[in-house]
Amino acid sequence: MTSQTATHTAPPTRTSAATPAAVSLNRLTKSFGELTAVDGLNLDIRPGEVVAFLGPNGAGKTTTIDMLLGLGRPDDGSVEIFGMPPRRAVALGLVSSVMQTGGLLDDLTVRETVDYTSAIFASSLDTDLVLERAGITDIADSVVKKCSGGQKQRLRFAMALLPDPALIVLDEPTTGMDVTGRRDFWHQMRADALTGKTILFATHYLEEADEFADRVVLVADGRVVADGPAHEIRGMTAAKTVSATLPMTDDTTESGVNDLLDRLGGLAGVESIDVAAKRLKMRTTDSDAAAKMLFENACTDLEITSHSLEDAFISLTSKGA
Amino acid sequence: MSVRPDTVAHPESAAHTDSLTDTETRTAASATFLTSLENRRVPRLGGFSVTLLRLELLRKLRNRRTLIFTMIMPAVFYLIFGLTNKGEMLGSTDAALYISVSLATYGAMIATTTGGAQVAIERALGWSRQLALTPLHPAAYILIKVIVSMALGAVSVIVVFVLAAVTGVHAPLGTLMASGLLVILTSGVFAAFGVMLGYLLPAENAIQVASMVLGILSLIGGLFVPLEIWPDTLQTIARFTPAYGVGEIVRAPLGGGYDHWAIVSVIVWLGIFVAGSAWALRRDTARV
Repeated sequence: MTSQTATHTAPPTRTSAATPAAVSLNRLTKSFGELTAVDGLNLDIRPGEVVAFLGPNGAGKTTTIDMLLGLGRPDDGSVEIFGMPPRRAVALGLVSSVMQTGGLLDDLTVRETVDYTSAIFASSLDTDLVLERAGITDIADSVVKKCSGGQKQRLRFAMALLPDPALIVLDEPTTGMDVTGRRDFWHQMRADALTGKTILFATHYLEEADEFADRVVLVADGRVVADGPAHEIRGMTAAKTVSATLPMTDDTTESGVNDLLDRLGGLAGVESIDVAAKRLKMRTTDSDAAAKMLFENACTDLEITSHSLEDAFISLTSKGA
Repeated sequence: MSVRPDTVAHPESAAHTDSLTDTETRTAASATFLTSLENRRVPRLGGFSVTLLRLELLRKLRNRRTLIFTMIMPAVFYLIFGLTNKGEMLGSTDAALYISVSLATYGAMIATTTGGAQVAIERALGWSRQLALTPLHPAAYILIKVIVSMALGAVSVIVVFVLAAVTGVHAPLGTLMASGLLVILTSGVFAAFGVMLGYLLPAENAIQVASMVLGILSLIGGLFVPLEIWPDTLQTIARFTPAYGVGEIVRAPLGGGYDHWAIVSVIVWLGIFVAGSAWALRRDTARV
């Protein structure tokens, strides 16, 4: 499972001397008792990149993000944000974060919550400006308790914008939102408020990673198992799924079907064949040849699907795959 | 992969453009970034500010339960226990005056302890974690909590004293002022106590436990009833509790002398609670 790491096609860092990496994690390790949550994780993120942090539950995403934000101390290895320790970067307002849930006081209004956070930073953007950028000017005087989940998430987003950070870390920002809410949120994220900022987001929704990230980092068992643009990760399992309905009518015998299955199995690039009821489903790297044979043998309802990021995700993160 | 047209700074999308321009743009961007880096500062006083004090006070005043416990309850207690004993003398002091000082102390204790214990709720809400992602220093945060709680305690002192004056309990203004100030000052001990409990106990019962403990401490510590009514053993134990020490100090201006060990007791308790809070804060996991 270690050999699958796709090197991200990074151009030589010509300006690395001038601008330090936005995030630099070096052999990061953290254990909780017996459990090794993060196991020698390496990751470099250049300024301006939009990176999706993907992995199954327990992969070590949250632990990594905690250490990246200075909320947890690594057992071994190092974390640098723009070339400095995380706590320093947080104190300077260089990095901010949008949490999944919580992190708000019920008894303050939206504006008061932003004012509160704003007062802590040495310098921050104007309250009205971040309210506008987060699209919550109209609910500025509502009490947080009465806000919807989506409105609260926008408030967290507004608070994250306050110090004008160079790096924003989002820990599963759209969990619990409906499809429309998710789309609206990402629409906001793509708006000018984030131009030029480095973004790292952890997500359960693979389509989000596919659609919004320049780069996808897959983690499993506390290590990076794949790293590259979404299409590259998807391509790591090049096989497609071909499915068709078998011609099990009177004039085709059982042995005829078995003969067809044998011949399909003999084709180059076939990885697996399954038959459930009359439906055949096969994985192959040469979908054309399989389709041709199925078609010539009176199979119907032919379908060819290329693999989603989700399939790549499952095959790359499951042990012994 | 969808290339975001708006991320100009992204090297891969920039790679499609002429490489010379690319380098120039990136160098310029780096220079701008480094300049902006130099302009970034860390807040003074660990993030402590008047705005935070104002907003925290506002939160207190919006909480109806806080107001009931810190203002209405001591006032009602005074009317029940204080006023009915008016004219009776405890040594050289009017019992009603003696009781009003005790109840003001109790009100301030409740205000500061529950105010401190509120950190338990804020931890559960994830607000503490949110604050950990700002430059706000934990000491500044706790100091704000303590000041706001003491301010609320001061309100409870004023309510009881005004009520005492209105109902005809006479005392020199200087005595009341001195006593009131001592109440507010010593309530800091209980603010630290509340913060410690807030970091040690789960949110659901931190405040209930705090109120219960305070009730017991006040009862055996001589705030509600004179210490002399308890058995000897209990009296001895009571002398070591924080409520006893505080009670002795705040009643000192009324005359009639006081236990000098009370000052030592209060300072030791303050030390214990502050150290306990610092320890609890450190062991508190960032993610709740």
